[in-house]
Amino acid sequence: MHGCPLSDSRGQTVLHPSRDQYLGAVRALLDDGYEMCVDLTATDYLLMPDRATPDGVVAERFEVVVNLLSLTARQRIRLRVQVPADDCSIESLFDLHPGTEAMEREVFDMFGIIFTNHPDLTRILMPEDWEGHPLRKDYDRGAIPVQFSGDFGARS
Amino acid sequence: MSIVDTIRAGNEPEQGLKPRSELTARELLREVGSVLRMSEAEAAKLGDVPVDPAEDQTMIINMGPQHPSTHGVLRLMLELRGEEVLRCKPIIGYLHTGMEKTGEHLTYMQGGTNVTRMDYVSPLNNELVFSMATEKLLGIDGDIPERAVWMRMLLSELNRMSSHLLFLATNGMDIGAVSMMIYGWREREEVLRFFQKVTGLRMNHNFIRPGGVAADLPAGWRDDVLRLLDMIPPRLDEYDVLMTGQPIWRERLQGVGVITAQEAIALAATGPILRSTGTAWDLRRDMPYLHYPDVEFDVIVGSYGDAFDRYAIRLNEVRESMKIVRQILDLMPGGDYRIQDKKVTPPPRARIDESMEALIHHFKIFTEGFKVPEGEVYVAIESPRGEIGCYIASDGSATPYRMHVRAPSFVNVQCMPHMLRGGLIADAVAVISSVDPVLGEVDR
Repeated sequence: MHGCPLSDSRGQTVLHPSRDQYLGAVRALLDDGYEMCVDLTATDYLLMPDRATPDGVVAERFEVVVNLLSLTARQRIRLRVQVPADDCSIESLFDLHPGTEAMEREVFDMFGIIFTNHPDLTRILMPEDWEGHPLRKDYDRGAIPVQFSGDFGARS
Repeated sequence: MSIVDTIRAGNEPEQGLKPRSELTARELLREVGSVLRMSEAEAAKLGDVPVDPAEDQTMIINMGPQHPSTHGVLRLMLELRGEEVLRCKPIIGYLHTGMEKTGEHLTYMQGGTNVTRMDYVSPLNNELVFSMATEKLLGIDGDIPERAVWMRMLLSELNRMSSHLLFLATNGMDIGAVSMMIYGWREREEVLRFFQKVTGLRMNHNFIRPGGVAADLPAGWRDDVLRLLDMIPPRLDEYDVLMTGQPIWRERLQGVGVITAQEAIALAATGPILRSTGTAWDLRRDMPYLHYPDVEFDVIVGSYGDAFDRYAIRLNEVRESMKIVRQILDLMPGGDYRIQDKKVTPPPRARIDESMEALIHHFKIFTEGFKVPEGEVYVAIESPRGEIGCYIASDGSATPYRMHVRAPSFVNVQCMPHMLRGGLIADAVAVISSVDPVLGEVDR
């Protein structure tokens, strides 16, 4: 579809455009009636380098996942775009779907994927002076020692 | 220097609201076409806005994150000219607790406790969408017993009622009908009391689980539901007397926070916000799940896209939900309340006492969880606030590789700058309230 490999995931249609095809594919789908960009997120496949992808799609570390919805046709389609770790950037969908503004900022905040041409690419959930991108797989979840009341053992 | 180079060089830009006079025409144009144009550091710098009297026509102020009418820790940066709101940028993140990261470390069995805390006003819908996504990955989404499906519907609709009742309470309070706050909470409490009887908890139930629900309905549930159905309609009529017909109420809400259907679709707003613009879009009807095709209900649609429409839609959706609940009472079948798939269902309590294998099985399923085949799936349902979706990518282990929740409030908050633009500062409270964001879900 629109020059991109199609696949099926548990009965759901998934389109695999390359980064260069991405914006064009979303625009073509917008013309096809997929007028709402319901969700935009990403996945860090650092620990799954050998995962299965359709023919012609080279698995990269990051995947930007876009869920589009057609209100008239009552159909959904999902786009999975491979984003390499060494050039972690992709076009912003802002001019096609302004509703992705906050979602792209969230992905930038959580994964460090840079959306070029985004109007205000800043951290949205984490504090602004935060270092690192928490949802990356090489970012440890960390822990805070919990002190229980009644715990009289010396800790220092 | 492009944004890519700037970020690579280690200089992340800070979010903020520049005064409108400093924006280029192109920036302003893009902003009108969109949302969320403000930020934190800018807020901190607000003190040093130039005080040139000729320039000092507009003022940037912060509303929140501790403002009582922002429904939690939402902060709005507002650029004001007198009483008029020129621009607005919602700033979020004050309640961010990394739930998506946490979700990657909890098994599918434990995941419900995590997602249920996101939208704490409609926890059962969160659990439902997570369970449905897990079941789709497992390939058992068609095998859920009938009784479990109908129970899920019953709880989901009652949850919609309790959520909208809470909205009516807080909306009333924000606009100044303070007694409404007490009435709304009172009715909601009745619904929560039923939840407590069924699930053991008022909120954060972890009751809907992959494979079905945690327990069967308790004895006498039908009477409790009937009591609710008898009690709430006259109270809703009271709300009509108290608010809907009141000239002050109408003055405060009608024509306030208007959004068009085109804008709402572009901003991916769903739920009552989208329906208030006249777009009849309800996933329960348009992309049905559970047994919604088997029940009769109307999709409530507004026509002006203003705060009053959103109020009226939610009020009437309580009535529609009661209609559905009444039909569920008649249609509720007997049978099992969870799937008898040994893989996802722990053995019954009685078996544990007499069978070593059952004990081991029970232990394994709760400590290690069950493995879910590799794949990725996105499932969406209609929560009281709009489309709540769950995207799960599995690597074949017992914990999700990636668990993302598409939170309706997170997306809907983006509508605020458009609703507030050109309005009055006093209406900002009405607009925030009518969007009905739950900050636990916005920040996750």
